[in-house]
Amino acid sequence: MSTMTTNQSNRPGVPTPPVRKRNSLAKGKLPKWAIWAIAAGAIIVGAAASTLTGFNVASFAIYSALIFLVAASVITTAAEGKRRGKNAMWTYLIYAAFIVAVIPLVSVLYTVLEKGMPGLNSHFLFSSMNGVTGAVDNESVANGTPVVGGAYHAVMGTLLITLWATLISVPVGMLTAVYLVEYGQGKALSKAITFFVDVMTGIPSIVAGLFAAAFFGMILGPNARMGIVAAVALSVLMIPTVVRSTEEMLKIVPNELREASFALGVRRWRTILKVVIPTAISGIASGVTLAIARVIGETAPILVTAGIASQINMNVFANWMSTLPTFIYYQILTPTSPTNIDPSVQRAWAAALLLIFMVMALNLIARLVASIFAPKKGR
Amino acid sequence: MAKRIDVNDLNVYYSKFLAVEGVSINIEPKSVTAFIGPSGCGKSTFLRTLNRMHEVIPGGRVEGQVLLDGDDLYGAGVDPVTVRSQIGMVFQRPNPFPTMSIKDNVLAGVKLNGQRISKSDADALVEKSLRGANLWNEVKDRLDKPGSGLSGGQQQRLCIARTIAVKPDVILMDEPCSALDPISTLAIEDLINELKNDYTVVIVTHNMQQAARVSDKTAFFNIAGTGKPGKLIEYNDTAAIFSNPEQKATEDYVSGRFG
Repeated sequence: MSTMTTNQSNRPGVPTPPVRKRNSLAKGKLPKWAIWAIAAGAIIVGAAASTLTGFNVASFAIYSALIFLVAASVITTAAEGKRRGKNAMWTYLIYAAFIVAVIPLVSVLYTVLEKGMPGLNSHFLFSSMNGVTGAVDNESVANGTPVVGGAYHAVMGTLLITLWATLISVPVGMLTAVYLVEYGQGKALSKAITFFVDVMTGIPSIVAGLFAAAFFGMILGPNARMGIVAAVALSVLMIPTVVRSTEEMLKIVPNELREASFALGVRRWRTILKVVIPTAISGIASGVTLAIARVIGETAPILVTAGIASQINMNVFANWMSTLPTFIYYQILTPTSPTNIDPSVQRAWAAALLLIFMVMALNLIARLVASIFAPKKGR
Repeated sequence: MAKRIDVNDLNVYYSKFLAVEGVSINIEPKSVTAFIGPSGCGKSTFLRTLNRMHEVIPGGRVEGQVLLDGDDLYGAGVDPVTVRSQIGMVFQRPNPFPTMSIKDNVLAGVKLNGQRISKSDADALVEKSLRGANLWNEVKDRLDKPGSGLSGGQQQRLCIARTIAVKPDVILMDEPCSALDPISTLAIEDLINELKNDYTVVIVTHNMQQAARVSDKTAFFNIAGTGKPGKLIEYNDTAAIFSNPEQKATEDYVSGRFG
């Protein structure tokens, strides 16, 4: 601003008009404090209205919000005109919608943190439920000693089963997407694949679990329950997600890059491998990570394919396995000690918190991976 | 190096649609040939048939002959990949590979094809190609930086360096300056003049002054109306096209009285 005034005063013969004290362009605007005054008034009236019907927090919040919404739009309309009044109404409606959407999330996080934190310790993380019986739980409740038994076996089961599901889904899903985008444009086969991928997206997870259980049951006999069967079930759920996200990422790679590569005399498969996929890899990687986050919390397909275990099993090709979701399910539904359920409940909440941490870590990794692989823009 | 191109009665199709009809043209080695004409007249489409890039588009096909020093590009058993490694192409929008450094962009033709190249040979090739594209002095201190960080004009010269690094016989340019400012355009035009010493250059341009400045011969393409195929109207020395065209349509176009 200072340069402008010096410029003006430097020009001889051009008079600079004085700056008006009250800007006429800013006429008819509510002062900044007005909206806070309306909010304060709405809260007071809301509290009063809520007291009339028997005070509680929910009705207090709802009444205040409604009163604020109406008052703010009416007052703005009166002071600033119809257009700005409508603008105010929609702005505050959208804020309200945002708050409504966030409340459950905050509430879930708060509850899980509150109930899960006491049980989340190194003993819980690094020991299994092997040998932990109802008698052990009864004893720890009676003596007031810390809860014995943990979710190490379930953590390992979750990691191994998800790892195997990823190992199966990523190559299948990525190759399918490469075919759809790079080779199959307009062909009947690619239309059929797109259709079936869409259908697969809608498969209920228990059906995927039953499919895997039945499929391996047919090959290996009726009681074929092990980690790899669960991994196959999860990959049935993962593959469509991986195909879809990879397909979208490959589609947004500019065609010019493919043409540039072709024009250098590079073959199609090398172009895909060295130009198209590296350009899209950050999106593909975050898509895969989100697909993992999606299946890591599945319960039903694990129960029917890998069963339940209380001891550590690192071999996905033999014996039953537990994952965190099935661990939670089992602890809540059939507490280890039917008479003292508190230790089981505590373990379940701790496992839930751990599961949320794992999913959050995966989401963070997805962002990190995306930013690491993203094409550099440096100068 | 620098081969001649002879096209005999070429028809270019998009599926059933005839886009360019009956083009016959002889392009001399070590010359610059400019294609001019209104938008949609098929000059870019025709250019892309000269290194078989046209068939990359689904449904793209041609009838007729394109001879590179007597070898038919569309003959039986000809691998389009071989054709494209001998006839390079520079596109309208600069398109360096965003995942690669400046150096890797220049070496793209070698590295993407999986050929092994020693470090000293690679460095020599990078320097030679970048010097050939008049870009060496501007980027020699930041060869490991991404190519997308360069200015538009530099990116386009990087694309030219990338093209000449595979040692083609012919370089096709599809409106190489239309996305660039006048100074970058001048740099590219100077470069085209130098490239002429070693390569056969074919350039599509909307800028008639540019055609007049850089080319030895000019071909004028036109289209009778939408949905009709584009045709080669006149092909002659650039001076003749601009000062003394034989066809009325050419005269109208170059004098700005088109349409």
